[in-house]
Amino acid sequence: MKRFAILFVLALVLMGAFAVQAQDAVELRITWYDDGSEGVVLRDLLDRFEAENSDIRVVVDTVAYNTVLEQLPLQVEAGEGPDMARVTNFDAFKGFYLDMRPLVADAAYWEASFAPAVLAALRTGEEDADAIYGFPNQFTVTGPYINRTLFEQAGIEVPSDSSDAVTWAEWTEAARAVAEATETQYAIAIDRSGHRFAGPAFSEGATFFNEDGSITIDTPGFRSFAETLVGWHTDAITPAEVWIGSGGSYAAAADFFINGQLVMYMSGSWQIGRFSNDIGDTFDWQAVPNPTGEGGSTGMPGGTMMVAFGDTEHPAEVARVMDYLASVDALKEFSERTLFIPAHLGLGELDFQTDVAAAQNALLTFAAEVPKLSEQAYELQFGGQAFAINNPIRDRLTQVLTGELSLDDAIARIQQDVDDALAAAAAG
Amino acid sequence: MTTVLRFLSNTRGRKRLHITDALTYLYLLLGTVIMFGPVLWLVMSSFKPQAELVRFPPRFLPYRQETVVVEGHDEPLQLFNVTLEDGSVRQLAQVRRIGIEAQMIDPANPDEIIPVNINARTPVESVYIGLENYTEGIARFNFWRYFFNSVVVTVAATLVTLLINSMAAFALSKYEFRGRDAVLLITISTLMVPLSVILIPVFLVITEVGWNNNLLGIIIPAAATPTGVFLLRQYMLTIPDELLDSARIDGASEWRIYLQIILPLARPALAVLAIFSVMWRWNDFLWPLIVLSRSELFTLQVGLNSFQGELQVQWNLILAMTVLTLLPITLVFAFLQRYITSGIATTGMK
Amino acid sequence: MATPTTYVPGKRSGSPLKMITDPFEKFFSAIYNGIINVVDWIMHPLQDRVGVRGMAYIFVLPNLLIFGIFILLPMLLNFYYAFTGSTELFPQNRPFVGMENLNTLFTCQNFLDPNSCREDLFWRAVFNTLGYVALQVGTMVVLALITALALNAQIVARGFFRSVFFYPVLLSPVVVAVIWRWILQQDGLLNGIIVSLGGERVSFLTNAGWAQTWVIVISVWAQMGFFTLILLAGLQAIPGEFYEAAQIDGASRWQSFWQVTLPLLMPTMVVVLVLALIRAVQVFDQVFPFTGGGPGTATQYLVQYIYQTGFSNQTKEYGLAAAASLVMAMFLLVLTAIQLRMGRRNEAA
Repeated sequence: MKRFAILFVLALVLMGAFAVQAQDAVELRITWYDDGSEGVVLRDLLDRFEAENSDIRVVVDTVAYNTVLEQLPLQVEAGEGPDMARVTNFDAFKGFYLDMRPLVADAAYWEASFAPAVLAALRTGEEDADAIYGFPNQFTVTGPYINRTLFEQAGIEVPSDSSDAVTWAEWTEAARAVAEATETQYAIAIDRSGHRFAGPAFSEGATFFNEDGSITIDTPGFRSFAETLVGWHTDAITPAEVWIGSGGSYAAAADFFINGQLVMYMSGSWQIGRFSNDIGDTFDWQAVPNPTGEGGSTGMPGGTMMVAFGDTEHPAEVARVMDYLASVDALKEFSERTLFIPAHLGLGELDFQTDVAAAQNALLTFAAEVPKLSEQAYELQFGGQAFAINNPIRDRLTQVLTGELSLDDAIARIQQDVDDALAAAAAG
Repeated sequence: MTTVLRFLSNTRGRKRLHITDALTYLYLLLGTVIMFGPVLWLVMSSFKPQAELVRFPPRFLPYRQETVVVEGHDEPLQLFNVTLEDGSVRQLAQVRRIGIEAQMIDPANPDEIIPVNINARTPVESVYIGLENYTEGIARFNFWRYFFNSVVVTVAATLVTLLINSMAAFALSKYEFRGRDAVLLITISTLMVPLSVILIPVFLVITEVGWNNNLLGIIIPAAATPTGVFLLRQYMLTIPDELLDSARIDGASEWRIYLQIILPLARPALAVLAIFSVMWRWNDFLWPLIVLSRSELFTLQVGLNSFQGELQVQWNLILAMTVLTLLPITLVFAFLQRYITSGIATTGMK
Repeated sequence: MATPTTYVPGKRSGSPLKMITDPFEKFFSAIYNGIINVVDWIMHPLQDRVGVRGMAYIFVLPNLLIFGIFILLPMLLNFYYAFTGSTELFPQNRPFVGMENLNTLFTCQNFLDPNSCREDLFWRAVFNTLGYVALQVGTMVVLALITALALNAQIVARGFFRSVFFYPVLLSPVVVAVIWRWILQQDGLLNGIIVSLGGERVSFLTNAGWAQTWVIVISVWAQMGFFTLILLAGLQAIPGEFYEAAQIDGASRWQSFWQVTLPLLMPTMVVVLVLALIRAVQVFDQVFPFTGGGPGTATQYLVQYIYQTGFSNQTKEYGLAAAASLVMAMFLLVLTAIQLRMGRRNEAA
């Protein structure tokens, strides 16, 4: 009886905790996810904003990335969303954004500061062709990293040192030779992601978007890199956990690279911050240009956007926060401290806050990748069909790797999945 | 196979030790290792630093590399036993490692840098139960807030569950009324559809009720458990009706009968349901995940999920936080285990 | 350790007839009595109005209300979703499409080959689920029975062992997944043991067969304790006289297991089988955080298909997901009905 009595008293005490405190300032909420430590930087920026604007309080809800992909669209559609969010799935929220054009201090600044294609990625079509729904707070490019120390130990020249146009086949061979010579576990790896896959596929000559607006998956270039990926797995030179062991979700091979178990790693510019923290001086790492093929040498653009939602009760305050976060000073500090490539077009010279030389070099390498990005790559990222194309590619190719589907079947299935998704989106 | 099965039909009262007893103990001990071993491994791993976690093959006890503070270096340096070219072994501190070469110094003579091949050194280590994973996890994870929310939800939901389930069970076991069988049938049929397949409609209903981002939205809906109603009903069926009838003759109201006779007599079954309810609510993940999107309302399970960001998995912190989430439920179990293990037996779940 | 006994009214410690000695307990029973009196004072007039029968409805009402709003209503909505199309969230915006969703699911050239089906993932999930159900339920019920028999024997530290086998039941599916991934990954504990014994590393999580096996092992590990305790209760309800009678008739232990224990345990076994089966068909919570359905689609089961189609995919096909959940519910109802009928026949025999 004593135990139940204690529990009972405890319960009574806790029930009292439901009382809510009163607040004077307008409370705004941002749903946010963290890749690294950028949440800390955001909080710093917001703290300073709040100090100067005592009538606004901004709460940041940090959630898992999956929550942004899965729950957030549902919450927004049901009218239960936050005021602002950091998103990558721009299409999922179309029609629910807040048009800040009449609210921001200077709409012309917004249009001049961010690429038109990126701002347009949030818009539905003709009827909102000049709406301002948000801004990109980070620009990313995909591209490979190598463990240079391993190359040196193996006595093998880094192919990109002497050539501007190294193919995936040459890189694969070189990485394999290095892994063998240095007894490194794995030679080469790519994140489990359709987005990561697309860059190399475009470089090999793949195209998704036809002039008539239709989408074709089956091209020689697509097959070429798909076969390369299959080859890595059949030769067991890539960690199988990444693509095969991760079920339905995104998976990165970053841990293998950081632990020195991997010679070459195809990922993207957002890894720089983490690499400079976690690798330290255990080995020399380096970003190298995207390999070249029949389609040129392109990575995938990417990045996240800060957006505002139309259901907010305080549009004016939201616009003030967004104005602040999109300002040159705020974005400059954000980029410099997070080591993200800025998506703002006029930040000028940046002083990235790192004393790791490899990080500085990697930032330069990736910056040089930006002008090389192909039109197909931009279309895929900002054309409104990114997830509808990338996810089937990821999942169906995995089925090829496990032997459930032939590559022909897989390509047919990807095409069907893409068509279904586009039809559903058009109907709904 | 026959020996295994021989003890299967054992009855009580034998005095001497038998081969079947030995087999029984062997089976139970093996079972103990399999049932507890994985959890023990989790707990052990949660004390290890990141470097030790990626080590292969893994070691059972958590080790830490010894470090030494050397003049002229801000950070403590890692200590190694180094086999030098002349075959002698010295204890040196590593300044940095570049590829296959490590630059090392003698802590007693920090000026002279000695280049060493990385394969010629072995780390100096000692067993170390480190709480760094825990302290760092708690600091970065808003642990106490989530913990508090979890406790509020668990305790409140369990109290509500016990109350309304026992009321319903009382009605379903001790009264004849129209629609009783229909209620029972509908309740049992909902066992066929798990929550994960009706997430969207559930979310819509919660939104209509206005309980989005409200702890009530996870406390109340889950309280009407079909399992709880059945468990209590089955138990209450064994309470003789005469007790109720004589109380009625004495003029007791139905509520008095429920509170004064039924509830005290159903205590073993209530205890079982209480433990189950605590377990369900504490471990609940999917429902809170769709109802809660404001971080100050997160429960531990939702918080733990948000801790796993898109691009990195920090095993050392996840393991430590996992241990913390299972600690309270383990304590509750240790506290009340005799109720559950003997309780399920006596509640006659048939 | 208290030995469970069959229920005898009045003998329980919770009986109101028990002498109250502890001052703490005395205090709380005074409060409890106060509550009784207050409730009684409020409810008595109500009872005078609606009568004793009417009170039954009052007792059942709160549970029924919550149940109706938060479980039954969503299920009805789900039923409606199954016959509507488009990606609209709110039911009033969704056009009625009749059997279209079910037709999509059942468009197959050859029902035994998922590759020939329109929704190949659905059929893969169906076959994976069938295989899982057969193996998991079989393994678990047999192991739970053996464990229950072992725990029912006269042994020392019975309470301890009972707790040990029950403990994993308490762990959340997410925790179970973390624990086992940590053990089974490429550089995990199990591979560590294998390598130090001179073996080769095994890809437990990237090989379809291994992953399917481990999914079953882990679900048995995590659920067995619950079913063991139910079976234990059934075993302890068998009166000792039956065994004595069998012994007098000269039956061996083996015979008395088959002729006394098993038949008398049958009603409990039916409950265990029904519950285990329902849970097995609904497998998801444990597997999803553990393998995510992989490698490929090797451990993708029905509920995961429904979850992904209707919830986690970027294009949310609520209608298709709802239709699939109807198929699953039908399947479960039929299975349960068959089992209950078999159980009843067994009882009659």
